[in-house]
Amino acid sequence: MASYIARRMLMLPVVAVGVTVLIFALLSFLDPAVRAGAFITNPNQLKAIDAIIRNYGLDQPIYKQYWTWLTEVARGNLGWSQTARMPVREAITVFFPGTLELTLYSFVPIMLLGVWLGTAAAVHRDRAIDHLSRVFSISFRSLPSFVWGLLVLMIFYGRMTWFPPGRLSLEADLFVRSGEFKAYTGLMTLDALLNGQPWIFFDALRHLAGPAITLIMVSIALLVRVMRSSMLEVLNQDYVRTARAKGLAQDVVNNKHARKNALIPVITLSSYTIVSLLGGVVITETIFNFPGIGRWGAFAAQQLDIPGVTGFTMFVAAVTVLGNLAADVLYAFFDPRIRLQ
Amino acid sequence: MGLLTIAARGLQAHRPRVAALAAAVAALALVALVIPITRDRMAAAPLSAAQFLLLVLVVAAFWTVPSDLAKRMRKNPLSVVGFSLIAVFVAIALLAPAPAPPPPTSRDPYLIPQEGFASVPRPPRPGFPFGTTEGQYDLYYGIVWGARTAFRVSILVIAVAVAIGLVVGGLSWYYGGKIDEIMMRLTDIFLAFPSLVLAVTVVAVLGRSLTNVMIAIAIVHWPIYARLLRGDILGVRSRDYVEAARAAGAGDLRIITRHVIPNAIYPFLVLSSLDMGLIVIIAAALSFLGLGPDVGYADWGTLINLSRNWILGAPGDPFAYWYVLIYPGAAIFLFVLGWNLLGDAFRDILDPRLRGSG
Repeated sequence: MASYIARRMLMLPVVAVGVTVLIFALLSFLDPAVRAGAFITNPNQLKAIDAIIRNYGLDQPIYKQYWTWLTEVARGNLGWSQTARMPVREAITVFFPGTLELTLYSFVPIMLLGVWLGTAAAVHRDRAIDHLSRVFSISFRSLPSFVWGLLVLMIFYGRMTWFPPGRLSLEADLFVRSGEFKAYTGLMTLDALLNGQPWIFFDALRHLAGPAITLIMVSIALLVRVMRSSMLEVLNQDYVRTARAKGLAQDVVNNKHARKNALIPVITLSSYTIVSLLGGVVITETIFNFPGIGRWGAFAAQQLDIPGVTGFTMFVAAVTVLGNLAADVLYAFFDPRIRLQ
Repeated sequence: MGLLTIAARGLQAHRPRVAALAAAVAALALVALVIPITRDRMAAAPLSAAQFLLLVLVVAAFWTVPSDLAKRMRKNPLSVVGFSLIAVFVAIALLAPAPAPPPPTSRDPYLIPQEGFASVPRPPRPGFPFGTTEGQYDLYYGIVWGARTAFRVSILVIAVAVAIGLVVGGLSWYYGGKIDEIMMRLTDIFLAFPSLVLAVTVVAVLGRSLTNVMIAIAIVHWPIYARLLRGDILGVRSRDYVEAARAAGAGDLRIITRHVIPNAIYPFLVLSSLDMGLIVIIAAALSFLGLGPDVGYADWGTLINLSRNWILGAPGDPFAYWYVLIYPGAAIFLFVLGWNLLGDAFRDILDPRLRGSG
């Protein structure tokens, strides 16, 4: 087990360096004056572009440039984001908590609902719930998130006025910005409870509902499919039949014997789900005007705020790589067959 | 190539049936020539009409001439639905100039004609069956020609991704060892990004245009094909049944056409048909974010982007502008649904263990 994790850890720097090379290769398509933006930390420096090009050696050979850029990135200097009007590193810390909160509020329901629906579909194979889950899964897989998100906004905000866009309503936002509200975690719902302000909690929840519903509907289909086929496979195993033959109740066999082992592929899928949610927030946050990292990234791309886009992309890549590593380690922990390979 | 030889053999064996089908298609063409409206449209776009008749012939031949693939697909009603959806979209894309003729003054048929410049969308009415969206772009015209854009984007991207995948996967498989390891780590790096995020970055750096959207998606997509080609397709060479055929004295050509291609083609068909839908979703997502072609280009994502300001409707009537979202949304949904159903059907045929699941 330890050696498996160690081997997996060794791959980490290789992929990390590769990611920076890829981003830098993309950047090298740009004009030096545009790339100089990556080294700017406050807007006054915009006047001295030529000096920056010389200072940072943007007229030097490409491998030297890469090294200069990499050392700056390693020191945490990702440049100045025009669209966020702050340094990229600060923008990430400002925008990420919102996205994290949205991801959590989507991820937990996806997991619970997906596992429940997948199990139910497998246990009641070829019955109504199985067919229904199949129809839902293929429909939602085929409906692009932006169409679905706009429909949710149209119905639940335009018609019902239940789930407004944004992160907080005006009064709540004013209160949060006043001195009386302490931001402990950056997760609005949690902070509201810690501050003892349940009305802000419900306000934040109302604003999270729209984008979360969109993300859940788009991402749940795959989980239901995988859970269903994994459960079907386990239900056909000898030990399940043995347990049933010993006279255990079907429910006990399904829930205790079968489901635990059927969950193993879901663990790998959970990291994939987080990655796809991080891609999905670009669209959903834009639609629901939710101030998170995805909306910022999309806006930066539209406005050609190159340091903003690259900072956003590298951050998401880092989270993805770490997420995949965590999934592999968990997988090895839960499935002993992997460790022996 | 394998499919072509199979098709050719099928046609030879069923010459009378194919001849009957061809006669039926010719009759259809004659009927179209008699009715004045269709005659004018066909005269304006003879090439599209000919392609359409050829498509009808091919589809009819596929379903009536007995073959293993058609037999298995007929058993699964969902795959028939998927096949029909895609056939309809192919027909719309091929025929585009007939149902939606570009105005005579148009310099590029992909530019949607504008009916005035008022920004408020106007509902469906005679002459504009789907209404006009923001800027009075004709939704019907945009959706019909958008089908062509969708096929163009997905086919080109898959072609480029397969080409890169063949080179990388081929090198990896041929040399093995260190090269293999390096190539596979290379794919890891590209797969370390959620595909939409990397595509957004590439378009932001290269500049926004439809071509750059295609380049971006190809850059994001090739590693999947490289892995598939290395593992499933080129790996077939060392399988037992290939060895067995070789031992029985089969030549290279026979092994390739009778054993390797039929066994390797299904994983490829599954992935590429699921991908046809996925690529169109990513391209439309980039257009939706304002990174795609200019406003007015016949592209479903751009049309959906135009609907954003209107989905909340008018005061007292929240669904006043429903048509600006529903029609382009339905077009993209049905297109992707068709490819997903078709991909699932191929997967069921490919893997007997999965038959009936998912």
